[in-house]
Amino acid sequence: MVLFTIFCPIVAAVLIMLGVPARKTALAASFLTFAAAVFLFASLGHSPSDFQHVTSFSISPEWRLSFTTGVDGLSVVMVLLASIVTLAAVWFAGAIEKHENAFYACLLLISGGIIGAFASIDLFFFYAFHELALIPTFLLIGIWGSGNRFAAAWKITIYLAIGSFILLLGLILLYQSFPLGSRSFDIRTLQTAASMGQITPDAQRHVYLLLLIGFGILISLFPFHTWAPEAYAAAPAPAAMLHAGVLKKFGLYGLLRLAIPMLPEGARHWAMLLVVLLLGNIIYVGLVTIAQKRLDWMLGYSSVMHMGYIFLGIASFGVLGVTGAVVLMFAHGLSIALLFGLAGELRKRTGTLDFDELGGLARVMPFAGLAFGLGVFAAIGLPGFANFAGEIMIFFGAFRDGWEIGRLHMFQVATILALWGVVMSTVYMLRAYRKTFMGTIREKWQKLPDLRPGLRVPATLLAAALLCYGFFPQFLVRMVAPGFSKFLSANKQTRSVVSSEVETSREISSTLRHGIPRLRSE
Amino acid sequence: MITAPLLEIAVLVLGMLILLIEAFAANIDKRVLAYAVITGLALVLLASFFVAPFPSPENATGFWSFYTADRLAIFFKQFALLTTIFVVIMMIDYAPVLRSSFPEPKEGRLPSPPEDETRRLESRRSLNGLGEFVALPLFTCAGLMYLVSAIDFVFIFVSLELVTVSFYVLVSFTRRNPVTLEAGMKYLVLSALATAFLVYGIAWIFGATGQTNLYRLTATLANAGTASGAALLGMVFVLVALGFKIAAVPFQIWVPDVYQGAPTPVTAYLSVGSKAAGFVVLIRVLQPFMNLPQTERLIFVIALLTLIYGNLAALPQTNLKRLLAYSSIAHAGYLLIGVVCFDVRAITFYLVAYLLMTLLSFAVLIIVAQQTGEEISDFDGLARRSPFLAFAMLIGMISLAGVPFTAGFLGKFYIFYAAVVQRQIALIITGVITVGCGFYYYLKIVRAMYWQSSSKTDTIPVNGLSRVTISALIVATIWLGIYPQPILDALKH
Repeated sequence: MVLFTIFCPIVAAVLIMLGVPARKTALAASFLTFAAAVFLFASLGHSPSDFQHVTSFSISPEWRLSFTTGVDGLSVVMVLLASIVTLAAVWFAGAIEKHENAFYACLLLISGGIIGAFASIDLFFFYAFHELALIPTFLLIGIWGSGNRFAAAWKITIYLAIGSFILLLGLILLYQSFPLGSRSFDIRTLQTAASMGQITPDAQRHVYLLLLIGFGILISLFPFHTWAPEAYAAAPAPAAMLHAGVLKKFGLYGLLRLAIPMLPEGARHWAMLLVVLLLGNIIYVGLVTIAQKRLDWMLGYSSVMHMGYIFLGIASFGVLGVTGAVVLMFAHGLSIALLFGLAGELRKRTGTLDFDELGGLARVMPFAGLAFGLGVFAAIGLPGFANFAGEIMIFFGAFRDGWEIGRLHMFQVATILALWGVVMSTVYMLRAYRKTFMGTIREKWQKLPDLRPGLRVPATLLAAALLCYGFFPQFLVRMVAPGFSKFLSANKQTRSVVSSEVETSREISSTLRHGIPRLRSE
Repeated sequence: MITAPLLEIAVLVLGMLILLIEAFAANIDKRVLAYAVITGLALVLLASFFVAPFPSPENATGFWSFYTADRLAIFFKQFALLTTIFVVIMMIDYAPVLRSSFPEPKEGRLPSPPEDETRRLESRRSLNGLGEFVALPLFTCAGLMYLVSAIDFVFIFVSLELVTVSFYVLVSFTRRNPVTLEAGMKYLVLSALATAFLVYGIAWIFGATGQTNLYRLTATLANAGTASGAALLGMVFVLVALGFKIAAVPFQIWVPDVYQGAPTPVTAYLSVGSKAAGFVVLIRVLQPFMNLPQTERLIFVIALLTLIYGNLAALPQTNLKRLLAYSSIAHAGYLLIGVVCFDVRAITFYLVAYLLMTLLSFAVLIIVAQQTGEEISDFDGLARRSPFLAFAMLIGMISLAGVPFTAGFLGKFYIFYAAVVQRQIALIITGVITVGCGFYYYLKIVRAMYWQSSSKTDTIPVNGLSRVTISALIVATIWLGIYPQPILDALKH
């Protein structure tokens, strides 16, 4: 089943290149993938902390390299996100004027690659599948992009190529940090070996730094973020949806998958650096976002900014914060995809996304206005949307569990500063909404058509998923938290915040229910 | 059972036969000769898989004291044969270009034949010169095969000359073209200079140690009593000559001009065959000296310079052939990282990947260049005109750049794995930057093919043999990028 979710889009992409009708095949393939992902999600009910549906083909016994796929709670959440966004992106794409087949093939290749990365248990294929997106992205932006598309395509490609190469070096170093007997590309083997303390703290520091830079470039961590807004502004809407919604989560997923179980010492050592950088993401990029004058750039910057919260959750290194990070990853993927999809529709109709040109569009496009409004509120983090659940868990988790560095409780300071980020995102999001959909409408936009019913489906799908997981975040938490508590409680025995899986889940649910963390005396 | 030296003899005999047929059967369709060469080489290649490895014993005398048939040698003999087969296939595609650079036969030498006979002769004449053009690579191939087996300096010298002399002719084959003539001249003079350095270096090493056999040299140098200074000086001179072969900085000056000027199949041959054999000899020659710290430092500097120069100089190129020339220098840099770490399997795998992706790029280049030209802008809109050729070039370029699921990526993976093991921090950091550069200049071609639009819309014809060859290269590039084990197993001891 896992293999099906990976290869269904890839095979469909090949078929489309060979001349099968593009749009129908793409829709069918992404729908089948979505159905398979939902099935995987549902089938993982009990014991989501172990990998299930594992299949393995040996590639190089000498290196202990094998093509192994499977899903646990964390990866199935990401696979589900990828399949939902793929379906929405393909649906939003509509008819393409030139090279329709190549367009859909590129989209599906990106999607298959990223699902493969999420579902790989083998370190090598985890890396390689992600790279499958590189060339299609280059082509998507270069051929079908708008605005300054050539510069944007070069920039994203070179940035991502260098970022992934640094990441590759980090992965090689990680592999070598293990003693000869336990070297393997199988992540499960590595996790077991790491939990027995087989990586020296010194090696952990080196590996973590390389991974942080490598993944950081892919995630658009400040100050490596400049490629992201430009590329998203230039990319065609479906590509921006997939990239900002799913592809960027690869780096975060990698940190969760590798750093948390294997490199606690490295994470502690570089926590200070990461906190400073993520505050750069939240505060600096937040201010930059407020200054934007175009909707697509504003969305691009806002997606960079939100990465800061997710980093805060990961850096806190507690079950609550890390689980919140996953929930926010999922929620952000959906909300940014919704916003980019609708912005793409606006661009198709008006030809511009300049705030000064737009205004009052909700009058002629009520459905688009409603959907965009939902996306905006989700992005701000209004209660009821999954983003809220994620952010609140991150803030409480970071405030309580973060490391003290020196005498200063750095994480508490960072959390307080990060809360101001929410205010900033309210400012730019609401202002963008006002300038686009509210106010007086210009004469030339009076005749704009609303979204046709066909396109309302993907928008509804995304918004419904946001609301569904906003009211019931436990679905996600139950999937993810047990896997983390296995490692994090072991890593933080001194603090003994969590004693068992059951208690973790209960604690998180009560946090969500009451909105107040039960702080414990240490 | 077939023994290893028979392979070279077979290739040489085949070469002489082709030359004789060319001389005595002037009217034969030259294409038949090319197919005969391909078939003959394919048979030898097939036979080579039945040759059992027979490494020379340390105290061997006579023939086996300068010729070894270990796994490495046999593997690279197959490598040379495969390269030559691909090059000859490319030469068939290149034949029309050859014709334009040859003088028409003098009028009135033959009694004027009837109408259809003229047309038949006309079509034959279109392949004028192809006979020698396909016979010469056989001698080069034999030279390369000897070279990878050579374990004695004298034999290294002789086989290197066999390779170089046949390349003199091949490089300047289309001599009507002034650019080619310039390339031939540059190659001749600089190659001769490199040979002089080689001989001089061998003389120093022999003078210091009294040995030309590499095994015995190792033993002599390991002996604490030997003064290694003079031998080291000789090694530096030998390194100059080999640096010329593998296009390492600062011996790379000839590369861009010669690669651009030479007939394209010959360029492909130079950049794959000559380089691979050069690296095998480099590994063998450096083996005795690797214990000396000076050697590693020297190679380290050369690797660093080659990486930086090759990649930076490739950035602004607008001519694809010239770009591939600089990229060949850049790849020599990555291979030299492998030499610094002395990881033979990584180097071998990289060379195999390099063979596939380079030949793939050149095969497409030859076909496209005949229709439009060799500039990158001549590839504009190729995806519209010939999706197959554009896709082949795309695979070649992303493999050269090092995108996963292609052989080129795994090549870089093994090389940098070795570098990380040995903590070669400076080389790794330089490598990160140069890989970024590589993405830029290789994707320039992808951009031309897929982004740009072109005024021309007619499809470019591809004959059946080329289509099969290109498809095979694409499949092999991707297959090795996913399943590298066959190559790694081939060298396992």
